[in-house]
Amino acid sequence: MRNVGIIMRRELASYFATPLAYVFILIFLMLANAFAFYLGGFYERGQADLDPFFTFHPWLYLFLIPAISMKLWAEERKSGSIELLMTQPVRLWDAVLGKFLAGWIFTALALALTFPLWITVNYLGHPDNGAIVAAYLGSLLLAGGFLAIGSCMSALTRNQVVAFILGVVVCFGFLLAGFPLVLDLFRGWLPQVVVDALASLSFLTHFDSIVKGVIDVRDLLYFAMLIAFFLLATAIALELRKDL
Amino acid sequence: MIKTEHLTKRYDTLTAVEDVSFEVEPGEVLGFLGPNGAGKTTTMRMLAGFVAPTSGRASICGHDVATDPLAAKAALGYLPEGAPSYGEMTVRRFLGFIADLRALEGAHRRERLQHVIEHLQLGAVLEQTIDTLSKGFRRRVGLAQAIVHDPPVLILDEPTDGLDPNQKHEVRALINDMARDKIIVISTHILEEVDAVCSRAIIIARGRIVADDTPAGLAARSRYHNAVTMQLEQPAQLQTARTAVAALPAVERVEVSERDARLTALPQAGATILPAVSELAARTGLKLKELHLESGRLDEVFRTITA
Repeated sequence: MRNVGIIMRRELASYFATPLAYVFILIFLMLANAFAFYLGGFYERGQADLDPFFTFHPWLYLFLIPAISMKLWAEERKSGSIELLMTQPVRLWDAVLGKFLAGWIFTALALALTFPLWITVNYLGHPDNGAIVAAYLGSLLLAGGFLAIGSCMSALTRNQVVAFILGVVVCFGFLLAGFPLVLDLFRGWLPQVVVDALASLSFLTHFDSIVKGVIDVRDLLYFAMLIAFFLLATAIALELRKDL
Repeated sequence: MIKTEHLTKRYDTLTAVEDVSFEVEPGEVLGFLGPNGAGKTTTMRMLAGFVAPTSGRASICGHDVATDPLAAKAALGYLPEGAPSYGEMTVRRFLGFIADLRALEGAHRRERLQHVIEHLQLGAVLEQTIDTLSKGFRRRVGLAQAIVHDPPVLILDEPTDGLDPNQKHEVRALINDMARDKIIVISTHILEEVDAVCSRAIIIARGRIVADDTPAGLAARSRYHNAVTMQLEQPAQLQTARTAVAALPAVERVEVSERDARLTALPQAGATILPAVSELAARTGLKLKELHLESGRLDEVFRTITA
């Protein structure tokens, strides 16, 4: 566990070593607020809640999270530092977890910086703050799911652009898993049970219920298992081919 | 001790390393030689636990690299090919990161960091990011991370690549310094390095070990082992000298370099020709700038057995 912390700290610091981190946070805050006000009609609705803010998070994350995760492993492969890291007395799992957590903490930081909106809505009315906390939690879990997928895609290639595109595509698939766009692809040749299972994998259904303030153990479990699955896949991808 | 047994690595169609077995004892500095693409780096990566062998085993200080990787890696200091590191980190932070992963703590950590910073002369660049360093400094940072935990076994893939002659000399001095109580394996294609630091050399070609000997033993395989080279003061005498030397009983053949009036007499196998040649020179009044006995040419041996 000690090594997880060491690797996480190094990775987190590397985000802030370039202006990229600040640019990212700035863009995230601008877009998150712009979506809430212009697309979500934050004022016009006349309701004191943050629904118009959280509703757009999945779409925001679709492009922003793969941008965070693309470097996790692809950069290590490209620069060769993966050989340095993997020949230290470190478990592969410690490295996978440490890097994932660094990305997650970074996202959490960006998310936390949206707090002025929360203050605003409290100033304007009397929102259900419990529901808002739940929604923040849901948003963070969703980001974790996207990040785990991105981490896995990053482990498959030494090219960050490829990692980014793969990340967006797979995340998009998970986002829309409950929609005809994705389901129709499988309906013809897979049994209905499998199609239903695929539909239940959708990010949106699980995210929507948390955002509404309903924290269901099944939704939490869904995100936990999704993250665990893709981190495991990351480790397997690395183990199979470290010297890509 | 380092031990490999029948180490083999196959990629889809390519056999990178085939049936490589050797042991290295403490106090030995093993030079790993071979043409580019011969399998040096793959072998070292298997020793370091970065690449899993297709078959065969490797162990570091008794710890099997495959079944007990953490213990094997803890006993090992490894400089990967090209000395990769994290470019955005400063040298100080990078070495601190490695020291943390190596579980160095407290006074011992400070002492070890100070030691490597001093020995590799990194003091002036501590606060620079690694991206901004010259190739020589990067290589030294790579060496520093390999030795920071004072490991009993060092595996260094081309430790002097890209260094200038002064820096090469320093790194070799450092290796010689550590050689007494450690096991050191270095790969190189610089043959002078073998003479400078290695007590033993393994030559690998097309993934197989083709020679395993001391540097002197390797040199003795050369056609030039015990050959005599003389340089004449008067180039005009070259042809006469050639005929006379070629007529000596134990001389196999004579090579002449017109450019610098140099003549090399190669002995028949096992023969000693120095006394006869020098006696001939004195007798026939050849004016010599230089006369010396060759111990053998490593580059020639290298070319012969890897070709």
